[in-house]
Amino acid sequence: MSHVFSPLAILGALTLSALAALGRLAIFTGQTFAHMIRPPFYLKEFGAALMNVGYFSLPVIGLTTLFTGGALALQIYAGGARFSAEAVVPQIVAIGIVRELGPVMVGLMIAARVTSSIAAEIATMKVTEQLDALVTLSTHPMKYLTVPRVLAGIIVVPALVAVGNIIGIMGGWAVAVGTLDFNSATYLQNTSDFLETSDIVTSLAKGAVNGGIATLMGCYYGMNSGRGAMGVGKATKGSVEAAAVLILAANFILTGIFFSS
Amino acid sequence: MIRFEDVHKAFGSNHVLRGVNLHIPKGESMVIIGGSGTGKSVALKSVLGLVKPDSGTILVDGKDSTKGDHDAFLARFGMLFQGGALFDSLPVWQNVAFRLMRGSLKRPAEEARAIAVEKLRRVGLKEEVADRYPAELSGGMQKRVGLARAIAAEPEIIFFDEPTTGLDPIMSGVINDLIREIVVEMGATAMTITHDMSSVRAIADKVAMLHDGVIQWTGPVADLDNSGDPYVTQFISGSAEGPIEAVR
Repeated sequence: MSHVFSPLAILGALTLSALAALGRLAIFTGQTFAHMIRPPFYLKEFGAALMNVGYFSLPVIGLTTLFTGGALALQIYAGGARFSAEAVVPQIVAIGIVRELGPVMVGLMIAARVTSSIAAEIATMKVTEQLDALVTLSTHPMKYLTVPRVLAGIIVVPALVAVGNIIGIMGGWAVAVGTLDFNSATYLQNTSDFLETSDIVTSLAKGAVNGGIATLMGCYYGMNSGRGAMGVGKATKGSVEAAAVLILAANFILTGIFFSS
Repeated sequence: MIRFEDVHKAFGSNHVLRGVNLHIPKGESMVIIGGSGTGKSVALKSVLGLVKPDSGTILVDGKDSTKGDHDAFLARFGMLFQGGALFDSLPVWQNVAFRLMRGSLKRPAEEARAIAVEKLRRVGLKEEVADRYPAELSGGMQKRVGLARAIAAEPEIIFFDEPTTGLDPIMSGVINDLIREIVVEMGATAMTITHDMSSVRAIADKVAMLHDGVIQWTGPVADLDNSGDPYVTQFISGSAEGPIEAVR
């Protein structure tokens, strides 16, 4: 009998474990937002987080979206040629980049660059008792470390998405005009005519959610890391995995909410 | 000033503290000795709220350490961590002046820096160290910076967690002497945990031996060699023979 029930037992244990993890994450998220609205506020740390999450991510965001936009133009042209619809390249590149690929690619790049760095930094601080030192110096680690980073993620990632969207579209434009014989002015006009304000707003909203997820995961895994180098490594790996999956899941849910009608 | 009353703490099945009772009067330097993993750090961190005891009470000036304004409570303490626990992202002077640049003790940056430089001088470091980052310093210098940070806000109570771990004997002696001088000069109450006997003899007014989760012996440092307690005798002689198991 035990063999029959053991898969159920395993499933039950996994479910309980997943729910417990979800609960811990929910509490951490709630505490983070609660601390955001209560002083003290660490403006210097917030400014540093804005630079780290935003400004220093620009090169990787720019290159990623540039190549994505170019590849997208090639794919749409090749696919469209099967039913004589090559002319839709500007419109599909624009909608594809702004609605989906821009926010998702930026989110994933932030997860790779920022989430990992936040998790490793905070986990190392925990291992070397720097978090304890903060407490003894009357400084709440969540206020000092988590709040500035998460707030910076929510505020600056939409700006990165906006930049990424523009560069992605220009990547498509460069390929279309340079290799597919599109007229430059017509391409840009079609792009501009096709995009709606709601596309841009939802793109930026996705960016804010993705920025929040990426930074929150870095802080959560860093604060809850195990001991030693292995603990830091596990925290870093776990944070990137969790951020990437949650960003894609959130993107799916938001797409359903924004565009299902 | 600090009183442990029947303090218990377990991590899973590992009962680290099994009823610690200890009193540290105001202005006294108490050193807690004991083997590795006997709960010395847990006892110290329990006072600051970094570890929450399962039961028992810790009183500071007769008040429960877990009640009241915790920030105001912590402002009375300075602490030197075992590894220094300096903030890598900040230059040395900002580490030392950390408490003076935030919260209720906040003051202008220039004044905070001047105090930091003065505290660095007090622990034997030159002004040029102030603008370096912790990673650029040797282990002994990091300990000194940690010590400067611990005393920067002139606390009433200072905790030292394994102050000489990882240092050579000469640097250990320098740190021990500094700790003793500073504690006497400031009139602070000090609680040190260590298993380095040279630190014990240099720093302590009184010594407490923690083993098996309880305080086995307490007495003046002068009585340490003639304590008559088999745990203390074995510990200070470093013998494998005695009531303390060599393999734990």
